[in-house]
Amino acid sequence: MSPIIEIRDLQKTYAGGFQALKGVTLDIDAGEILALLGPNGAGKTTLISTICGITNPSRGTVAVDGHDVVRSYRQARQMIGLVPQEINLEPFTTVIDTVRFSRGLFGKPRDDAYLEKILRQLSLWDKRSARTMELSGGMKRRVMIAKALSHEPRILFLDEPTAGVDVELRKEMWDVVAELKAGGVTIILTTHYIEEAEAIADRVGVINGGELLLVEPKADLMRRMGQKHLQIELQDTLPEIPESLNAHDLELDPEGHILRYTYDTRKERTGITGLLTDIAAAGLVLRDIQTQESSLEDIFVTLVKENAA
Amino acid sequence: MNLAAVKAIYVSEMARFFRTLAQSFLSPVISTSLYFVVFGAAIGSRIDQVEGVAYGAFIVPGLVMLSVMTQAISNASFGIYFPKFIGTIYELLSAPVNFLEIVLGFVGAAATKALFIGVVILGTAALFVDLQILHPFAMMAFLVLTCTSFALFGFIIGIWAQNFEQLQLIPLLVVTPLVFLGGSFYSISMLPPVWQTITMFNPVVYLISGFRWAFFGIADVPVGLSLLAISGFTVLCLGAVWMIFRTGWRIRN
Repeated sequence: MSPIIEIRDLQKTYAGGFQALKGVTLDIDAGEILALLGPNGAGKTTLISTICGITNPSRGTVAVDGHDVVRSYRQARQMIGLVPQEINLEPFTTVIDTVRFSRGLFGKPRDDAYLEKILRQLSLWDKRSARTMELSGGMKRRVMIAKALSHEPRILFLDEPTAGVDVELRKEMWDVVAELKAGGVTIILTTHYIEEAEAIADRVGVINGGELLLVEPKADLMRRMGQKHLQIELQDTLPEIPESLNAHDLELDPEGHILRYTYDTRKERTGITGLLTDIAAAGLVLRDIQTQESSLEDIFVTLVKENAA
Repeated sequence: MNLAAVKAIYVSEMARFFRTLAQSFLSPVISTSLYFVVFGAAIGSRIDQVEGVAYGAFIVPGLVMLSVMTQAISNASFGIYFPKFIGTIYELLSAPVNFLEIVLGFVGAAATKALFIGVVILGTAALFVDLQILHPFAMMAFLVLTCTSFALFGFIIGIWAQNFEQLQLIPLLVVTPLVFLGGSFYSISMLPPVWQTITMFNPVVYLISGFRWAFFGIADVPVGLSLLAISGFTVLCLGAVWMIFRTGWRIRN
């Protein structure tokens, strides 16, 4: 599949001299959900803003379905819907009017049936005649999404869609994203909630200090970087790890009840068989065994640390 | 040309106007009536005629211009400043629109509102004085051109302004004095010779003079010059807006 967005060596230096993007190269496939993960100030919003035309790139190119975002900005922008991080709505305008405005702005003829469909999908139809300032925070955010979808874009950017949003609403947002994906929309979202990327993304890109550290299918990333922990609960407490087990990289919990073994799933041999044999030889009696996979969060912390070092 | 976008901007800007229609309509009616009470009835009764025109009628073109200019500027500057202030500007910047379409929408709406006010004031004035309009087409042309050029000027102010104080600064410090000193309430020929010369550097003089000519056939400066001045001002503002959007000054970083 050819990428729907091609980013090549994208750099952005702000007027004050701050370099927010240090040469980002990235392909985004049609129909995927890409989560851009990174701490505050990593360059996520700058990356989105540059693709969408809110900031001008200092160097490098971005092409949307083959259209350069600077030279062929009309064709490029027509394909994109943007939901920015902050909720920006004209307070006195009604929901239907602001959505209609967005559609017109993107050059589309009026189509009330389509707008009704979107508003119903986002549970906003009953509120269509309400002024935006009368809505709750969650509804306002959905209005922002409705505006971004009003011109039938093929690509949707969601900048921190669930920042400061309660758990219920976050789930609701994820459902909306899943539905959009099912409808064939390519979705790029930024987040600093790892569980969000873990829950909905197909691929994860990690960005920090204006650089893209990696982009990988979420499952691959977790498998490749994934460490597993084997937790061995003992029948009796141990004062310390027996000498015969020193060859294994073990940790003993302070109470002497649990042995923790960390291993790498990427390796040919995980060393589990050897460990268990040695444990049996040492005469230890086991009560329970558990394995735990590391989360995206652990991976992320490791990556950012490696990058800083 | 993204005409749907021009229409969308125009309609949403006009919607704000219609939301406050009573205010938009009442305030010029009241202020014009006040001017007529003060200048027309109280002071005007002591001033007989200016260049063969009753003083009450003589000030009508200046009054219309005064309101039209300030309204065009404030509508257009607020129109573009407000999205910057509340953050909805992101949508304009990420939409497939060029500078001309944005300008047509915003400036077109601001000019329409100013034109509406101008017509309301003319209507109000007609209740107080005997109005004659010798050249109605020229009158409308001057009115429309003034609305457009000052809306453009206001648009620039709105982009330049970084807070509400700055939004008021230019209109208060520059435009109002220029309009008052531009012959709104007197003929330039009534001034001492030195001031007549200085006044010629005030661009508003050319607008009011031309506009007044369309009513009474009398002018302080030749009509052709008036037309040239206002066209020049329009082109200047348009050029400035074009430059602003080319460089992204104060709107796109």
